[in-house]
Amino acid sequence: MTDADPVRLYRTVRLIRRFEERAIDLVRAGTIVGGIHPYLGQEGIAAGVCAALRGTDLVTGTHRGHGHVLAKGADPARMMAELCGRETGLNRGRGGSMHAADFSVGVLGANAIVGAAGAILTGAVWARRRRGEDVVGATFFGDGAVNEGMLLEAFNLAALWRVPVLFVCENNGYATTMPVDGAVAGTITGRAEAFGMPAAVVDGQDPQQVHAAAAAAVGRMRDGGGPELVEARTYRFDAHHTFEHVVRLDYRPPQEVTAGRSRDPVRIQGGRLSDAERAAVDAEVEATLDAAVAYALASPEPDPAGALDHLYASGLNARSGGA
Amino acid sequence: MPRLSYRKALTRALADELARDERVFLLGEDIRVAASHVTAGLFTRFGPERVLDTPLSEQAFTSFATGAALAGMRPVVEFQIPSLLFLVFEQIVNHAHKFPLMTGGQCAAPVTYLVPGSGSRTGWAGQHSDHPYSLFAHVGIVTAVPATPTDAYGLLVSAIRHDDPVVVFAPAGALDVREDVDFAALAPVPLGRGVVRRAGDDVTVVAVGHLVHDALAVAEELAGQVSVEVFDPRTLYPFDLDGLCASVARTGRLVVVDDSNRSCGIAAEIIASIVERVPLAAPPRRVTRPDGAVLPFAPGLDRAVQPGRAALTAAIHLVTKDGT
Repeated sequence: MTDADPVRLYRTVRLIRRFEERAIDLVRAGTIVGGIHPYLGQEGIAAGVCAALRGTDLVTGTHRGHGHVLAKGADPARMMAELCGRETGLNRGRGGSMHAADFSVGVLGANAIVGAAGAILTGAVWARRRRGEDVVGATFFGDGAVNEGMLLEAFNLAALWRVPVLFVCENNGYATTMPVDGAVAGTITGRAEAFGMPAAVVDGQDPQQVHAAAAAAVGRMRDGGGPELVEARTYRFDAHHTFEHVVRLDYRPPQEVTAGRSRDPVRIQGGRLSDAERAAVDAEVEATLDAAVAYALASPEPDPAGALDHLYASGLNARSGGA
Repeated sequence: MPRLSYRKALTRALADELARDERVFLLGEDIRVAASHVTAGLFTRFGPERVLDTPLSEQAFTSFATGAALAGMRPVVEFQIPSLLFLVFEQIVNHAHKFPLMTGGQCAAPVTYLVPGSGSRTGWAGQHSDHPYSLFAHVGIVTAVPATPTDAYGLLVSAIRHDDPVVVFAPAGALDVREDVDFAALAPVPLGRGVVRRAGDDVTVVAVGHLVHDALAVAEELAGQVSVEVFDPRTLYPFDLDGLCASVARTGRLVVVDDSNRSCGIAAEIIASIVERVPLAAPPRRVTRPDGAVLPFAPGLDRAVQPGRAALTAAIHLVTKDGT
């Protein structure tokens, strides 16, 4: 069950693009505190992969995770409210940008520790299948994560136990400021191959190509295949984090940035639509985000008395820090 | 009455919970053949789907358990070596523990981490002899250290049924303890509830895990000179402060014996919590491992850095002499 509908793919990449641009405005306005890691330029990967998944399938995202959460179907208004730290947010304002989660649509959370989510998702997919549910999973991570031991351990466990997890490496060329060439010995696909996992490289700027690769892998996994890896080559259009809007870090040559930005997933996918189709989607996305921002700004901030709500699922009461 | 060993009590708790609840499964290293003896017979009885022998990938299988718990299972992860907890501290603290709050209550992570053979096993030296329960209490993870076979059974059962992560330390020094037990009377022991092991009037000794047995032996030796009450907290986090306050309010004196390193060890927390609430007749004392302890290999050196009966006896004499 996949959906390669070009209009739907365009709607998703456009939604993520405009969501991020709106969120950056709110960071500049001081409404979103702590900043964000913009997903600008990488929208085609979340859109393409999630279009190959069902609602019940599971995903985990990264610190640069807004795209994954939105593409899997979370409500943009509640997502924006979360970034703004509001009680109506997906996580009731307890998670923020780096931990946004929506278990109701299979998003087990953005995860801010690089390389940590792969094993969590592997365990979750294994558990659901043990309980008789026909689900697969996709875990997103960046090129920096491929040097984290725990992710490589997760490759091994998933492959050994044939857990159907699509490992999606978003290779945007940099782990914060560290270029891939300065950090990765060997290759990213070679890491997967070492564990007997099929691995493919795909153009991450083309949502349809990402979708085709993901759908093929997911199809094999639903037919009983084990985990696979897709390395989506992409380019981060903006900063590692919005703090770079204030403090310029010199690590990407301007020509490289210009060249990277020239291959824009929103424009590439938009080019597959008629002008009328595109205008209709753009208007719809704008209306959705107008409503999302309005909803977030109108929502109440959480009551400080509930700062430790949900610390313990068991209801255990933690002692307060006061005298 | 039949005798039950501490180890067999753990096995029995695992078997009962595996039989009772389909969501429970075990994972860990060499558990198929029960290298630690605790999972003996469980692989044969419950099969490879519920007794998962793992590769040496502690970080991945610890987080795998987190993921399985988020998806509705109740994993029990066995660590053969207490010091492996340092390796997976990130996975437990940063993920399993934080998920419920960070997601605004969308999930629970009911994982049990079982450490059979924590603390010194004599001769296992620096990297296999740690007792890091205070670290888990510090970060707010439910931490149980049963002293007896009955409590080993009851606390492990409660841990598995608990909706948050729980670490169960089974001290090496207690694994060979045996008890006369009515098997039909074995029951869950509530987390966060301590017990007075021996009643006394002059001083309350809080002893953690295997040290409960040392404290009882010292109390017996001192009987006639000093009347020692022995309090076994059983769970270090949450801690049964009400129970301990009731004891100390009667005795007015407090000694804590704890196999943690001294700085920020659980003894420090217990003493601080009591002096905030109960006026004492004498300054409290603690007997612990030294600051920054690394257990040396040679048996005499290993013993020299562990809290022992002689140091406990000296501490009891100090607090009963002080303030009189």
